[in-house]
Amino acid sequence: MPGKLKVKIVAGRHLPVMDRASDLTDAFVEVKFGNTTFKTDVYLKSLNPQWNSEWFKFEVDDEDLQDEPLQITVLDHDTYSANDAIGKVYIDIDPLLYSEAATVISGWFPIYDTIHGIRGEINVVVKVDLFNDLNRFRQSSCGVKFFCTTSIPKCYRAVIIHGFVEELVVNEDPEYQWIDRIRTPRASNEARQRLISLMSGELQRKIGLKVLEMRGNAVVGYLQCFDLEGESGLVVRAIGTACTLDKLSSPAALLPACNSPSREMKEIPFNEDPNPNTHSSGPSTPLKNQTYSFSPSKSYSRQSSSSDTDLSLTPKTGMGSGSAGKEGGPFKALLRQQTQSALEQRGGSPHRFCRRREFPFFTLTAFPPGFLVHVGGVVSARSVKLLDRIHNPAFVGIMGNTRSYKLLDWNSFNSDEPETRDAWWAEIRQEIKSHAKALGCHAVVGYSESTSICEEVCILSASGTAAVLNPRFLQDGTVEGCLEPRLEENLPAGCGFCHIPYDELNMPFPAHLTYCNNCRKQKVPDVLFTTIDLPVDATVIGKGCLIQARLCRLKKKAQAEANATAISNLLPFMEYEVHTQLMNKLKLKAMNALFGLRIQITVGENMLMGLASATGVYLAALPTPGGIQIAGKTPNDGSYEQHISHMQKKINDTIAKNKELYEINPPEISEEIIGSPIPEPRQRSRLLRSQSESSDEVTELDLSHGKKDAFVLEIDDTDAMEDVHSLLTDVPPPSGFYSCNTEIMPGINNWTSEIQMFTSVRVIRLSSLNLTNQALNKNFNDLCENLLKSLYFKLRSMIPCCLCHVNFTVSLPEDELIQVTVTAVAITFDKNQALQTTKTHAEKLLQRASTDNEELLQFPLELCSDSLPSHPFPPAKAVTVEKASPMGEGNFRNRSAPPCANSTVGVVKMTPLSFIPGAKITKYLGIINMFFIRETTSLREEGGVSGFLHAFIAEVFAMVRAHVAALGGNAVVSYIMKQCVFMENPNKNQAQCLINVSGDAVVFVRESELEVVSAQQPAANCQPSCPGGEVTT
Amino acid sequence: MTSELDIFVGNTTLIDEDVYRLWLDGYSVSDAVVLRVCSGILEQTGATAAVLQSDTMDHYRTFHMLERLLHAPPKMLHQLIFQIPPSRQALLIESYYAFDEAFVREVLGKKLFKGTKKDLDDISTKTGITLKSCRRHLDNFKRVFKVVEEMRGSLVDNIQQHFLLSDRLARDYAAIVFFANNRFETGKKKLHYLSFGDFAFCAELMIQNWTLRAIDSQVDDMDMDLDKEFLQDLKELKVLVADKDLLDLHKSLVCTALRGKLGVFSEMEANFKNLSRGLVNVAAKLTHNKDVRDLFVDLVEKFVEPCRSDHWPLNEY
Repeated sequence: MPGKLKVKIVAGRHLPVMDRASDLTDAFVEVKFGNTTFKTDVYLKSLNPQWNSEWFKFEVDDEDLQDEPLQITVLDHDTYSANDAIGKVYIDIDPLLYSEAATVISGWFPIYDTIHGIRGEINVVVKVDLFNDLNRFRQSSCGVKFFCTTSIPKCYRAVIIHGFVEELVVNEDPEYQWIDRIRTPRASNEARQRLISLMSGELQRKIGLKVLEMRGNAVVGYLQCFDLEGESGLVVRAIGTACTLDKLSSPAALLPACNSPSREMKEIPFNEDPNPNTHSSGPSTPLKNQTYSFSPSKSYSRQSSSSDTDLSLTPKTGMGSGSAGKEGGPFKALLRQQTQSALEQRGGSPHRFCRRREFPFFTLTAFPPGFLVHVGGVVSARSVKLLDRIHNPAFVGIMGNTRSYKLLDWNSFNSDEPETRDAWWAEIRQEIKSHAKALGCHAVVGYSESTSICEEVCILSASGTAAVLNPRFLQDGTVEGCLEPRLEENLPAGCGFCHIPYDELNMPFPAHLTYCNNCRKQKVPDVLFTTIDLPVDATVIGKGCLIQARLCRLKKKAQAEANATAISNLLPFMEYEVHTQLMNKLKLKAMNALFGLRIQITVGENMLMGLASATGVYLAALPTPGGIQIAGKTPNDGSYEQHISHMQKKINDTIAKNKELYEINPPEISEEIIGSPIPEPRQRSRLLRSQSESSDEVTELDLSHGKKDAFVLEIDDTDAMEDVHSLLTDVPPPSGFYSCNTEIMPGINNWTSEIQMFTSVRVIRLSSLNLTNQALNKNFNDLCENLLKSLYFKLRSMIPCCLCHVNFTVSLPEDELIQVTVTAVAITFDKNQALQTTKTHAEKLLQRASTDNEELLQFPLELCSDSLPSHPFPPAKAVTVEKASPMGEGNFRNRSAPPCANSTVGVVKMTPLSFIPGAKITKYLGIINMFFIRETTSLREEGGVSGFLHAFIAEVFAMVRAHVAALGGNAVVSYIMKQCVFMENPNKNQAQCLINVSGDAVVFVRESELEVVSAQQPAANCQPSCPGGEVTT
Repeated sequence: MTSELDIFVGNTTLIDEDVYRLWLDGYSVSDAVVLRVCSGILEQTGATAAVLQSDTMDHYRTFHMLERLLHAPPKMLHQLIFQIPPSRQALLIESYYAFDEAFVREVLGKKLFKGTKKDLDDISTKTGITLKSCRRHLDNFKRVFKVVEEMRGSLVDNIQQHFLLSDRLARDYAAIVFFANNRFETGKKKLHYLSFGDFAFCAELMIQNWTLRAIDSQVDDMDMDLDKEFLQDLKELKVLVADKDLLDLHKSLVCTALRGKLGVFSEMEANFKNLSRGLVNVAAKLTHNKDVRDLFVDLVEKFVEPCRSDHWPLNEY
């Protein structure tokens, strides 16, 4: 019941001319929420109307508040004919529902029309008065905060990290309803936009309920996706990590925080200067602990990528949907039970608690210090499903009325559909879980899910990093946390996470283990693959770089089950090859670990595409990677030999060059282990493959090349030749450029404040003649490489700079089209400053190292160069002036913020990262989750496909910025373009595009400004401090 | 493999000034790519021609989208679609409205709406400015003219306010508008030696002294039209020539005023009668529109040319 929504329409500007005769417009506005509509007066003959309306008041349930968007329609009044719509604005009022977020939405919003794009702007003010509702059985979950950020948000501290939450909602896609044949494209697009907006509101509310049930107050790493399944419907699904967060607001608040061991390093540092002091003075935590705890913190990586594909396959796929459907129920029930028991369990031993969870998954990719103990490796599962099986007639006819579908979904008869999808996912999650277990890990971090749909075939994928976590964060009650023995205390900094979690004698797959280069006590694998960010405390040598494996496979066109079978049969080979490519490229870069690994398999009509991106680094704790040997099959041919040796030389040269380029100079360690030139560097990683149907039959597929040394590439046919060539064709970025797909670039820590987020889209048409796998591969490879080259060229004015969070998405919109979408952010850094800071850091580190731990001494070099991870602590102590704050913050390495000149009002920064260099995030205003459709029937006139999409993406950015600005924010962090579906029909001069974006709206303050402010009034930016405490309970 | 679609969109709109220049100068994408290649950019950056092509296309597309906003600069300030730092915005606008003097010289004083368009080709050939760029120039003039034509208040201020131009550029536009409005003839061969700057200087003085507002600043009227009363008054100056006494008086006054300030004072003094007669005759005729148009021609014929022999600097009034 409880909420009053108030809306005021102030004015419009730059409206389009709707009346040709007068060159003016008679505009008025309709404000709609739920089923209530208000109208403003008509403002005659103006392109800049001043309505200055009264306050329109809607009295609504908080449930509606969460689900429904506010819909504002601007129309042109026409006395004699129907009023013409100018455009609409949808405003998600969710941010107004949490106590700490925005209090008012007020500003200029672009008026958007799905056919014409942005047509002027409208100034709107929105407020919500919420009454407290104590009803325990309520269906709303107001007050639960959502964050897209996959780490603990900067101005919060995690009291408890509860774990995985997921939900999905299914509906019929309005585009495929019978009515769509008779309505206009505009009406259909608007129905779709509105429906998705409703569904995501509902989804968020339901997830919020689950979080409340777990006694959490926030969802971090919230990832919501749409599956456009065409005829069979529209699925909106979301996963996230439930947490209990505490607002870190003022220095005062920090003190108590200190006592609880569960503090988040990330935020603490960020939060202004007092931190360092607190750290040391904190009563309960001795400094030393603190230091230690940093080390194990985030790390996750392990070498062998055990990717499991579930290749299940096929034959069973057909049935899959059926049988899965049945299982769905129980699964879900189980899950619920689990949560239930978790609740009851609270306070029990954290270990047990943790194990009991149905899915101990975490969507986070960066963690509070001490959270991550060991990392096992990448686990993944895929499953091929047929969509047509789930078509559910029960739905038809009810649509259109949103209310009814909502009700329906509580009714059992129709919950069929979501249940089926739930079951599919549950199956995959189960598999992931068992893979993690096989790696001796009880949890999966950096977890994500995705789908690829082509016609009625759908590939569901999930991947994550198996890990052992420190249980103290997972339980309720900080007191207990305190008592918890600190596992990590005996682990040296910077390498703990690399140590194998599994039993050496009983390894889940053959791996080559050596003693850790850092501590010499524990075993580490020779290569580590992970899906998470580089832990802040990891010791890295040199810089990192983006590594991509690209692969295409032709497939026959087929229908339904035959198609699914064909795909399932191809998947394992693709996984294998992608893995091999990654491994080879990693070797070529002389690196030994991958972070942020993301493997995307896309299915098209006649081909499959695989694209894996990751950031390679050299972890000091792991052994030096061996080179790549080339062996020819026909040793008798002299010229052939020569050719081989020539290739070999080229490869060796490349490795040497890369070492130099990425500054990889591992200290010569004279130890036995490393010294030996990798006699058996066999990297084998094997894939745990399992059938999608039954996760218990795990077929093991050894990814290593049989018994051979994996680094030996055999050139026995032209294919292999191609492979080697392609290895060598990857051109390193021009000097001054670095790139990575993680949040931060290992080895660069002195970011300056200039950032440029961008999206680039390319579509190529393959010549349909004689397509072969090689030709395809080459085309695809060129496409990606050229795209990167273009980016480097365009951003050359920012040198020296680093492309961070480079996110490639591949789709196959049509037979011969390949679409690649890249979103990333370019951040400048200061070369000179790096030297300075590293020096001082190095000194400090040296001091610390010498007292602490002998081994550290061996790595002073890399410590300095990678600085971020390693010094969170020590510098914080010393560097008070420089606002110590940034220091500890792993991600935030911007300490060097130069006086960034007057950032003009109205500028909204966007970044896919969770931080803004040179600035401190002072407030999170709420999640931004927007879905737009744009269509045109005059493609040529709008500049062709490029012109159309260019304008649309610019408009999407503009709308995101406008919403953020209206919330009172000046940046979007963790921005992601989750979907960009582009369809064209040049013959009809038509095109359509759907874009889904999300991120967190924030307020940031420049560090330089901050200093001034805090000097004047220390408490300046802690205004919103209060609520933190209450929320926790 | 052909590229169907290739775009790059930055949160902050990327603007390459060199490419913008090329676009303003009216080069096609392919010409621009050739020119950029010639500039040695490939060697500097290690890029390939394909990259350059894609980059150029992209910028052109952006400029094309921006052009709509550039037509109404204040819109540029408030629009939300392109996030461009203010300094950049100013630069974009300024360069968009900047013009080539050679071109202006060709159209100065011509009627902007008719006739000139078909002459654009000729002008383009003559001045070496691309046709596209000529069109932009002309469209800019017309746009500014149209907006400020009916407006009250200071011409320069109006232009500045509605087009956000720098002071200097706004003054130049004021001159162009003033000339176009009064259609002063500037194209005669005799006037060819005068640059746009010379005319702009005259225009400024005329706006200050000869227009309605110059007479009575309370009358908040336009800067564009010459004050009819003033022109009427000029007619009366005839007496300065007709009446001998007045002529002498005038001469002595002018001589006193100019003594020491003029290098060629003695020559001036000697020729005063001729010069004065020429000037006065020109002035007296100004009540006729046709004569107004020929103002500069007449001035050159009757005043400047006689002075030529003595290499006088042009110095009106």
